[in-house]
Amino acid sequence: MRIGPVGFRVGSDWRAPIAELERLYADYPVPEGGIPDFNVRLFAARPWRRLLRPAVVLGGDFVLPEAAPLPLAQGLLAAEMAMNLQMALGQRRYLLLHASAVERDGRALLMTGLSGAGKSTLAALLAARGWRLMGDEFALVDPASGLIHAFPRLVSLKNEAIEVVRAAVPGGRFGPLIAGTPKGDIRHLVPQTQSIARMAEPAQPALILFPRFGFEPAQRALRASEVFVRLTQASTNYVALGERGFEAMVRLVREVPARAIDYPNADAALAQVEALWGES
Amino acid sequence: MGLTGSAMGKAMVMQAMIFRAEPAESLRIQALDDFTLIFHRRSGLTHLVTAPAPEILAILQEAPLNRDELLARLGERYDLEDASPAALDARLAELIAVGLVEVQ
Repeated sequence: MRIGPVGFRVGSDWRAPIAELERLYADYPVPEGGIPDFNVRLFAARPWRRLLRPAVVLGGDFVLPEAAPLPLAQGLLAAEMAMNLQMALGQRRYLLLHASAVERDGRALLMTGLSGAGKSTLAALLAARGWRLMGDEFALVDPASGLIHAFPRLVSLKNEAIEVVRAAVPGGRFGPLIAGTPKGDIRHLVPQTQSIARMAEPAQPALILFPRFGFEPAQRALRASEVFVRLTQASTNYVALGERGFEAMVRLVREVPARAIDYPNADAALAQVEALWGES
Repeated sequence: MGLTGSAMGKAMVMQAMIFRAEPAESLRIQALDDFTLIFHRRSGLTHLVTAPAPEILAILQEAPLNRDELLARLGERYDLEDASPAALDARLAELIAVGLVEVQ
């Protein structure tokens, strides 16, 4: 399958995760020329585990030794994690930001923060209000043009966010509820049609937000140097890209305004985002 | 004098050294706000520095100097606060530690 500009081939020792992926990624195109950029393989932890206690181990072109085996029931999650891992470790064409991105009028809003900050949730809610979802996990910065490229994989919703988004997206196509993962309950949402149909369209970055969930509404402008530090921490391949990554990051933090926003609930966050977007 | 014997010794050692900066072509320097970013091509490392680090590098790139010459040059060109020999020794030690300045 192709997600944004990146092609993946996913293989598994079991049929179940593949069938689920085929269902959820049914609308996605195949990699250009049929050649994937990354191979992802889910294989049995040890041969006997297939019989006794099936577990899925991540594999692929790049492997992290500490990637923990997941129960087979979480095979779909394993496939998602493996694809993320391949991107995080292997992507060299783009500067990768661990951020969600949505687009309106050809301009991109990037949201990044720690796990639980709400970047996936806010992206899904903005998409439900007409924004184009460019991705909930990675934003791809083209070092040559400075444009943001989309990576609209399945939106990964966690815990309370699952119900918030389900209520906001009545006709949404969701994956199965995956309970008891290291990050709690997880449920995937298939991005809206326009998100997949227009995933080859890049956008000019216009605003960077660092949301924080669970606080009274507040916001503050961030200086370029602070944004630089935060974004290099949020990038999985800044160091690997060398000077190209440096130049791309400097350009981004110089040209794009950034705000930290605190919010107590989704409605407050959406109001803050719309107001800031109007100013940017 | 507030200096201990070893600090005095260290200061005297610093005084005798000649410092040389990484050449301009091996650094990519971008001033953002109070902070300046330096990308070091040889190591691939990015450094986030404040004054007087960029000023020290600029002067030492023109010619290697000892600490007192450098301090005098900094004073002539820039209006730097806290420009004492001890403060400059500390800044030089930091720049040496990250490989942007070396002792000739």
